[in-house]
Amino acid sequence: MKESKVNIAEEPEGLKGEGFFATSLEKVVGLARANSIWPLPFATSCCGIEFMATMASDYDLARFGSERLSFSPRQADLLMVMGTISKKMAPILKKVYLQMAEPRWVLSVGACACSGGIFDTYSVLQGIDKVIPVDVYVPGCPPRPEQIIDGIVKIQELVKSESLRRRNSDEYKDLMASYGIE
Amino acid sequence: MLENKYVLEALQAQFGDAILAAEESYGMLSFEINPAKNTEIATWLFEHPELKVTFLTDLCGVHFPNNAGKELGVVYHFHSFENNFRMRMKAFIPVANPTINTMTTVYNAANWMERETFDFYGILFEGHPNLKRILNVDDMDYFPMRKEYPLEDATRTDKDDRYFGR
Amino acid sequence: MDELLSNAFPKPTAEKEYNILNLGPTHPATHGIFQNVLKMDGEIIIEAESTIGYIHRAFEKIAEHRPFYQITPLTDRLNYCSSPINNMGWHMTVEKLLGVEIPKRAEYMRVIIMELSRISDHLVCNSVIGVDTGALTGFTYMFQWRERIYEIFEEICGARLTTNIGRIGGLERDFSPLVYSKIREFLRSFPAAYNEFMQLLERNRIFMDRTINCGPITAEKALSYGFTGPNLRAAGVDYDVRVMNPYSSYQDFDFKIPIGTSGDTYDRFMVRHEEIMQSLRIVHQALENLPAGKFYAEVPEFYLPPKQEVYNTMEGLIWHFKIVMGETDVPVGEVYHAVEGGNGELGFYLLSDGGRTPYRLHFRRPCFIFYQAFTEMVKGVYLSDAILTMSSMNVIAGELDA
Repeated sequence: MKESKVNIAEEPEGLKGEGFFATSLEKVVGLARANSIWPLPFATSCCGIEFMATMASDYDLARFGSERLSFSPRQADLLMVMGTISKKMAPILKKVYLQMAEPRWVLSVGACACSGGIFDTYSVLQGIDKVIPVDVYVPGCPPRPEQIIDGIVKIQELVKSESLRRRNSDEYKDLMASYGIE
Repeated sequence: MLENKYVLEALQAQFGDAILAAEESYGMLSFEINPAKNTEIATWLFEHPELKVTFLTDLCGVHFPNNAGKELGVVYHFHSFENNFRMRMKAFIPVANPTINTMTTVYNAANWMERETFDFYGILFEGHPNLKRILNVDDMDYFPMRKEYPLEDATRTDKDDRYFGR
Repeated sequence: MDELLSNAFPKPTAEKEYNILNLGPTHPATHGIFQNVLKMDGEIIIEAESTIGYIHRAFEKIAEHRPFYQITPLTDRLNYCSSPINNMGWHMTVEKLLGVEIPKRAEYMRVIIMELSRISDHLVCNSVIGVDTGALTGFTYMFQWRERIYEIFEEICGARLTTNIGRIGGLERDFSPLVYSKIREFLRSFPAAYNEFMQLLERNRIFMDRTINCGPITAEKALSYGFTGPNLRAAGVDYDVRVMNPYSSYQDFDFKIPIGTSGDTYDRFMVRHEEIMQSLRIVHQALENLPAGKFYAEVPEFYLPPKQEVYNTMEGLIWHFKIVMGETDVPVGEVYHAVEGGNGELGFYLLSDGGRTPYRLHFRRPCFIFYQAFTEMVKGVYLSDAILTMSSMNVIAGELDA
């Protein structure tokens, strides 16, 4: 087995014996979700080109179980916002986020999406966290593909450790309410 | 090869007083015209059998707030492919009544460039088929490229002026 | 019974009904954020209306507030597929304003960088045409070679995509030995791989059927709409800024301008293909004949002095401070300079009042100007052909909206 190049996801904590393995459902679901994230690329500008490089053969995001891009928000788990979001675009971004089903995560790639970047102007939204909640921020203008992959891995860690009840918690509802999302 | 002087003389012979000023800047002929004649001059240049200025390279606006009566300007760059000759035409209009003839009757390319200029400077192009904002949101109520408006977003809350020396 | 049926399926009325389809602004097939509201008769587009401005970032307003040096990073983000061309175009504009003479070596180095980035720009466009016709294979192969070009850029300037390459007055540093070996390696091994990619598409029956006569435009129309670059050349007009107004020593090189005949998608594809081949030739020639000498001009007011001088000489320190703070004087004047960008004539209209920032800087963005023809080009064609037309025009959102 050790010779093999195939990597298998690490098993969660649990009780192991001959022919059985017992762990909490939460951990199994987390494991399954984390290694099969379907990202929705919301690529608007330069960072989108680096995302293309991340998807392509040199960096190959498929190694992390995310090669299946979901261009429909209905089936996506992860919203990857890459590039400048202008004020004209902000309502559309929010609409796309609202169309996604729970559980959903948001990865903000690049300085523009995180904070407006170098474009501190009248037309640019100063960070997408003004309109939707963000889970992981990836800095850089644009970030290298390695950084984008690092962001995905961070998201995977979040997904893995998320409690199944989190989306029902009052804290989460308050967060959504603060963005005006019911 | 066309000479700047030759073209300018041809223009002056045809339009006389409509050519208000002319200069040569970095090798390119640059002349200011009476704004009412812009389309007429462009059409003449387009149809001229020798000059053949048939390509509109660029169209943009400028704003000189201190230039009373001529605050807003439209700058056209033309290119004659056959003669490899470039020229710049400028027309200035007052900010109180910023209207000028559209160039879309001569060049299709002027359509969006004029919309952009309207969006940025509020210059009204008379006869334009669809003059509305192009880059900014439709309900914007000012013309952001005019000098009096700030670059930065006024609604920003996370900036503490103390840290920016203001 | 008959009555029931006729109620369930109303008889077609004399007036035809059309569907309104909203394509974009986040539609995956448009490779960018363009919105087109289409009036459809079945699958055929009757009328289209584009909305743009979804990533308007106010470049021109920012440029009025930044010293000349700090505008280079802005130009990076115009056409981000070939940012070195934009950087150099801007530098050449300022050099024209200042009247600076650039050493031959710097010009040749610039040519090498610009042509490499032209290759990478056209590679994206051509491989994406492949993707839109259903051939994802070419895309994955060609992106490997784009990475090789990125590695060269990384070795030259430290960045991959938004390069910020060069300085006003030359380049920031000379090519290291690794740069030469990387470029040579690229020139040696790229053509074979590229050939393989072309064999996949060039004479492929499906590809040809899909692209020939798809989104054609006549030369007159193209000129009236202000087309430049590969899209204009595909329509049959041999206008190339590199030849008509040579800059950066382009007159020294021997290369051809490919042109098409019908201006359809296949022609655009083939023109870009041939331009890649010509760019390779130019890089070859520039590398062979790279003159010795300095790689920057003597403009202490604008060219950042080397760190050695900054730390050890008074003048170096003063100039360093003045440049970084943007306190150097520029002449009053107005200048227009154009370079052949990845998508056509990329022009910079710079109006300087002698202050630390440009009084007005206008970018002539080729994408913005030729994209307005799209609504007319797609009238009466199938929706899937419209997608292909758009991707073959290589509209880059950053350049479109500025």
